Amino acid sequence: MNWIDIGAVDDVPVRGSRVVTTTAGDIAIFKTADSRVFALWDKCPHKGGPLSQGIVHDDSVTCPLHNWVIGLEAGEVRGPDQGCARKVETRLEAGRILLPSHILGRKAA
Amino acid sequence: MKKKLVIVGNGMAPGRMLEHLFELAPDLYDVTIFNAEPRVNYNRLMLSPVLSGEKTYEDIITHGDDWYLANGVTLHKGSKVEAIDRVARTVAAADGTVAHYDKLVIATGSVPFVIPVLGHQLPGVVTYRDLDDVEKMLAAATPDAKAVVIGGGLLGLEAAAGLKMRGMDVTVVHLMSTLMERQLDPPAAHLLEQEFEKRGIKIRTKSNTHSILGESKVMGLKLEDGTELPCSIVVMAVGIRPSTALAKASDITVNRGIMVDDQMRTNDPDIFALGECAEHRGVVYGLVAPLYEMARTIAEVLVEKPAAYGGSVMSTKLKVTGVDLYSGGDFAEAQDREEIVLRDASRGVYKRLVIKDNKIIGVVLYGETSDGPWFFDKLKKGEDVSKDRDMLIFGQAYAGGPPLDPTAAVAALPPDAEICGCNGICKSKITDAISEKGLTSIDDVRAHTKASASCGSCTGLVEKLLVLSLGEKYQANAVQPMCKCTDLGHGDVRRLIVAKQIKSIPQLMQELEWKTSCGCAKCRPALNYYLIAEWPGEYEDDNQSRFINERVHANIQKDGTYSVVPRMWGGMTSAAELRAIADVADKFQIPAVKVTGGQRIDLLGVKKEDLPAVWSDLNAAGMVSGAAYAKGLRTVKTCVGSEWCRFGTQDSTGLGIKLEKFMWGSWTPAKVKLAVSGCPRNCAEATCKDIGVICVDSGYDIHFAGAAGLDIKGTELLCHVDTEDAAIEVIAALTQLYREQGHYLERIYKWAKRVGLESIKTNIVENVEKRRNYFARFTHAQTFLQVDPWAERVSGKHAHEFLPMRSFPMQIAAE
Ligand code: SRM
Ligand SMILES: Cc1cc2nc3c(=O)[nH]c(=O)nc-3n(C[C@H](O)[C@H](O)[C@H](O)COP(=O)(O)OP(=O)(O)OC[C@H]3O[C@@H](n4cnc5c(N)ncnc54)[C@H](O)[C@@H]3O)c2cc1C
Ligand code: SF4
Ligand code: FES
Repeated sequence: MNWIDIGAVDDVPVRGSRVVTTTAGDIAIFKTADSRVFALWDKCPHKGGPLSQGIVHDDSVTCPLHNWVIGLEAGEVRGPDQGCARKVETRLEAGRILLPSHILGRKAA
Repeated sequence: MKKKLVIVGNGMAPGRMLEHLFELAPDLYDVTIFNAEPRVNYNRLMLSPVLSGEKTYEDIITHGDDWYLANGVTLHKGSKVEAIDRVARTVAAADGTVAHYDKLVIATGSVPFVIPVLGHQLPGVVTYRDLDDVEKMLAAATPDAKAVVIGGGLLGLEAAAGLKMRGMDVTVVHLMSTLMERQLDPPAAHLLEQEFEKRGIKIRTKSNTHSILGESKVMGLKLEDGTELPCSIVVMAVGIRPSTALAKASDITVNRGIMVDDQMRTNDPDIFALGECAEHRGVVYGLVAPLYEMARTIAEVLVEKPAAYGGSVMSTKLKVTGVDLYSGGDFAEAQDREEIVLRDASRGVYKRLVIKDNKIIGVVLYGETSDGPWFFDKLKKGEDVSKDRDMLIFGQAYAGGPPLDPTAAVAALPPDAEICGCNGICKSKITDAISEKGLTSIDDVRAHTKASASCGSCTGLVEKLLVLSLGEKYQANAVQPMCKCTDLGHGDVRRLIVAKQIKSIPQLMQELEWKTSCGCAKCRPALNYYLIAEWPGEYEDDNQSRFINERVHANIQKDGTYSVVPRMWGGMTSAAELRAIADVADKFQIPAVKVTGGQRIDLLGVKKEDLPAVWSDLNAAGMVSGAAYAKGLRTVKTCVGSEWCRFGTQDSTGLGIKLEKFMWGSWTPAKVKLAVSGCPRNCAEATCKDIGVICVDSGYDIHFAGAAGLDIKGTELLCHVDTEDAAIEVIAALTQLYREQGHYLERIYKWAKRVGLESIKTNIVENVEKRRNYFARFTHAQTFLQVDPWAERVSGKHAHEFLPMRSFPMQIAAE
């Protein structure tokens, strides 16, 4: 797999997220309180709410539209509801965040 | 005609007596009470949690105004009885009130003893007896200020722990060589001393006070050995004396207390003495359990049932959160006694039983007190313990069987075992009430049996009885926890923030033992609000703990775009503003423009990245954020009022604009909407708003606690004022009270229902000084909050919120 640098870990707020836009839709990049980084397609399995706009807590995010709670690691819906947000692989190198190039519609880095 | 019962003193004992009396004979007496304190009856035992901030005064009221009303009792608040005329059978109070009695109960309690050293009259020297004392201590309790508590007994230590929790630097000065020497033996006292020192409270035993230093107020305290302890407050907790002056002056026989027989009668057969002021068979009591027994006796005597009080043995618990200490009976050393002692230094546990003639006569437990009631039960019954002496000290877990878990231990207690020492309630009384009356919560049990309603130490035992009786059906938390991250309710958290001076979310989660690493979407926004409200200008807002709308100052829509609503002060706009809105809609191709239900205009479907530019243009035309997303001030709707309308009585539009300009920017527990109508036709619909004003010829009627969303509810009238300035003061003060008391997401009408309209009226309408203080605090907070969030973001704040981290706009073959 080829990887593309999308920015610094420091660019994402702690307990927050940023968006990477692509032709296939937005990807939400999350950072937890202990600075772990995760990426999911920015679409809630419920009604497509932008997960990047939710509140990040522990290793999950609460969707801003109807409060479903989604696990950041695998994108699974927690609690009584069912469903899964699609996960995007990430890689960290020297304080930079990398995403797979094919996801971004790119050939190679 | 009903007989007249007069009671002097409105403390815990007469409160209990009246409950018994009304149960036995609700209509026999016409009751009048005089209370030197200017308030209703409250649980004096709970003053320490009020001092420490773990409870509020409202939480500890036992008989509120409505209780007196419902039972037809006349209560003279702040009215001290100064004379009893036994011939005319009247009492007379200092304020001139006179009441005739057929039966009189003297229940004047105790007066705290003040050591008459030099300086004892200086301002800053306080005793510890009633709510006024607590308020005096709190007024002095600025963080890092210094306090000295004289007296290392129960009261002194509770005061010291409370002041420490308020952030003060506290030293306890104690005359004897160990703390609580009347309740504790030296080894237990030593453990207690260590615990207090661990909390940062300095303890000086064997120290006698020489004098209190200072010219016009307390500056310090000097000990006999010459040491000077600088401080701004001295709490004297050195003992109490029965309050007998009134009885003495009326020729009622007084020894140490007012002498009574087994029917609690004084030498005058129509006059009874009750509570700490009474002396029965040579004993004067200082704890509530015996007083409650006396109270029952008098109630029965008053309805002419045969009854006799036979004296009491007592047990005590120290009510300092986190300290487990229990003592009961007699534990002085003497020839004829033996003792059994268990020490476990590593766990900080110490237990001692004093045995005489094969019976337990004294118990001291430190560090692990759950067996207290079990031992005390044997003590009271005078049970012969010779056959299980070997294992006795290990408690009931080992009594003839395998170790039990705590719930099983309670299950194993005999039905007549005492659970609530203060109220003398045994196990079967509680379990019977649970099953017969269908009780399901601690509050229910308190209401029906009184168990756990006084000092609260037995709450754990009562909970276990609920678990045993109800199993799964019992919801352990009577208070609804904030969320799954904690067992604390909103009220607890708000109080602890103040009490422990908590100033950040991480600190809060550490100190209040949050169960998750960084909270959840329910608690974090609430905590962020509580901290903003408590520490204006000091607390740094945590953007990541806000819901997206409050993070980007616009409302998120179903498709991920945003809506933008600028303020239109009081619903007024102008051609220039409308033109600017139209220009923005064109320039950014905003798909929908709508008039809202709140008298302003909504631009719907704005792309997130366009938000700062949209705001910049709106700012340029003089408009600011309408906070249509905020748990804060939303709209102030108005009608045209006296400026135009033929019925208008006042300038309702003008007042609405003034209110909105004064109050915008404020964060509140939930959204706050106002309206001002120019006359009672009420075209601005003010009577279904959080706060509404109806203008009338003579001024302004201020309403509050309305609702017209999920619930529909007309407002309540708060008060009438004559001027606009007075209206603004009342409304801002009311909003501040709500800001300080409301639970997150609790609208004003729900808050008002929870705390009671009366308490709000007392704080805002009746007590002018309090109103001024709330108003001042609101105004102070506004100096930090009235910053237009749009302008801030136009100038770059939180820019990352609006920009993608990176964009990959189209497919490219190779980079
Ligand atoms: C825009 C508006 C509807 C309109 O087109 O007129 C509106 C729109 C929304 N209202 Fe409202 N309410 C609007 C006036 C009202 C009114 C009427 C009023 O203010 O006089 C009420 C009833 C009065 C009241 O608040 O009690 C009202 C009662 C609610 C409620 C129920 C609140 C309650 O506690 O009962 C909610 C739900 C909530 O807050 O949890 C709500 C929630 C919402 C939300 C925020 C739903 C949401 O969470 O996304 C809507 C946001 C749309 C948006 O992006 O702008 N809206 N909403 C009105 C904006 C007024 C303004 O200028 O700011
Ligand atoms: C901080 C604190 C903690 C305590 N903790 C415990 C505990 O954990 N366990 C326990 O068992 N006990 C505890 N006590 C003791 C307990 O509160 C008292 O034993 C009990 O309140 C005494 O009740 P009472 O009705 O006799 O008197 P009080 O409750 O003192 O009431 C007397 C009332 O009479 C009024 N009064 C006096 N003179 C007049 C007059 N001439 N005219 C009109 N009114 C008058 C006074 O203002 C007062 O309101 C504690 C006490 C304090 C102060
Ligand atoms: S009533 Fe309010 S919350 Fe419901 S759809 Fe209309 S705007 Fe949205
Ligand atoms: S779209 Fe996410 S919870 Fe409904």
